[in-house]
Amino acid sequence: MEMGRAIHSRLMKAITEGRFVFTGEVEPLKTANAEDIVRAAEALRDWTVACNVTDNPRARAYMSSIAAAHIMQIRTGVEAVCQMTVRDRNRIALQSDLLGAAALGIRNVLTMSGDHTTLGDNPQAMPVYDIDTAQFVRMVRGIVDEGRDLAGNRIAGKVGLHVGITGNPNAEPLEMEIMKIEKKVALGAEFMQTQATFDIERAKGFLREMGRLKIPVLLGIFPCKSYATAEHLRRSVPGITVPDEFVEQMKMADAEPDRSRQRDRIDGVNIEFFSSMIRELRKTEQLAGMHVMTIGYERIVRSLSENA
Amino acid sequence: MHGVIVIHYCRYTAVIWNLIITRQKSPEKIDEMVAPYGSVFIVGCGTCATGCGTGGEEQVKAMAQRLGGRVLGWAVVESPCDARIVRRDLAAHKGELEVADAVLCMACGAGAQAIADHTEKLIIPALDTLFIGKTERVGRYFERCRACTDCALLETGGICPTVRCSKGLQNGPCGGQVNGKCEVGEYKNDCAWVLIFNSLKRQGRLEALKSYRPPKDRSAKARPQELASR
Repeated sequence: MEMGRAIHSRLMKAITEGRFVFTGEVEPLKTANAEDIVRAAEALRDWTVACNVTDNPRARAYMSSIAAAHIMQIRTGVEAVCQMTVRDRNRIALQSDLLGAAALGIRNVLTMSGDHTTLGDNPQAMPVYDIDTAQFVRMVRGIVDEGRDLAGNRIAGKVGLHVGITGNPNAEPLEMEIMKIEKKVALGAEFMQTQATFDIERAKGFLREMGRLKIPVLLGIFPCKSYATAEHLRRSVPGITVPDEFVEQMKMADAEPDRSRQRDRIDGVNIEFFSSMIRELRKTEQLAGMHVMTIGYERIVRSLSENA
Repeated sequence: MHGVIVIHYCRYTAVIWNLIITRQKSPEKIDEMVAPYGSVFIVGCGTCATGCGTGGEEQVKAMAQRLGGRVLGWAVVESPCDARIVRRDLAAHKGELEVADAVLCMACGAGAQAIADHTEKLIIPALDTLFIGKTERVGRYFERCRACTDCALLETGGICPTVRCSKGLQNGPCGGQVNGKCEVGEYKNDCAWVLIFNSLKRQGRLEALKSYRPPKDRSAKARPQELASR
């Protein structure tokens, strides 16, 4: 992070102070009822510094991430990392939403391309992509640092936002991924949250490169709440390699007939795998914390956090 | 868009390059559109639609035969998108065109509108216009240009991210590429940015990937464009 930049969020404060942090994730769904968001956020509150609020993941038309982030912040006190994709909004709408989000007290924005419209539940929709994520980072910087929108128009008053980017340690060619990240860091990205990885060696290599670029990284992990989830991740999510050993252990834990013991054993497999991963990776200077993709499995964050 | 036909006499055969790629609407759809009109005149295209096999002489004749008695006549205009050629090629059909209830147009949207302007007749489009394409062979075409008004191929290793990246991203790939394949279309199509990366690497120009490309100026495409170059 550039020296002298004002700090507006607890997330950025913790990262800047060098505290090892956890972020979680909540997912607004196709409903106007925010109770599930509030419940999930409450379950994560004591173990995370902030929680991501997803923006129409898999291009499904869900409750707005800004609205959900605001409700979460107001009702639970959990700070939001508001995910914002460039898929559904042109530059006018994005700028308008950034100002609106800031006015609502949202302080962290995670810039994303967004899964393509054709993968979603309204596949006939117009994919917008007026700007890309690098340009989105530039847009936020202009608003925050210069008080100007993308076209140079003046914004009244200060806007306090931090801009994050995504990264993918699993990407091939990795050289290209790193060059893209380098560009966004040069544009003023302040933190990174990554795609989930199970590969410690790959994560180490990635973090080394990020150390060179000097961007704090919250490495993404995906604890699996069931054997079925692990198997689905292994079989159906391209680009993520789930180690056979992990899936095998999940399978054995899953075979436990007693429900409560099954739950404990599954948690145990996750805690063992991810805690040792975290301990190993914490030796890397650039690792600012972990981003735990927790949808429906909030309880695991506490154990991971305590064992880190 | 100006259609071009290049008859390239090489050792093997005469090749027609297509510019605008079209596809015929279904026979049922064409029948439904034609049904209310007693008489039609068919206009084909001697350029792109001939190359695509969607509106050349062969397809125009087949259409005339299928529609039967209501067809007053037909013509394949060399380039229906060129007003001068439309005037020239339709001059001999003035009488048929005057009495026809409608013109069934087997050309792209630009051609169909030029025919509409000239004839002032009700136009029935028999083709759907798909894209500006590259022809691999007759029947196999790839979209390669979206006429964005600001060509950046020099910076992107000869591969256009505006059209070949599903998201039209200008500064690098998204998180949806896996091993060089795009999330759109079940990871069967190449990720444009991996192609760009490989191309720039081959050319020893990878540094180009690091330069920031600012947002595109979309205003030129926000209205119908005209060009008056002289």
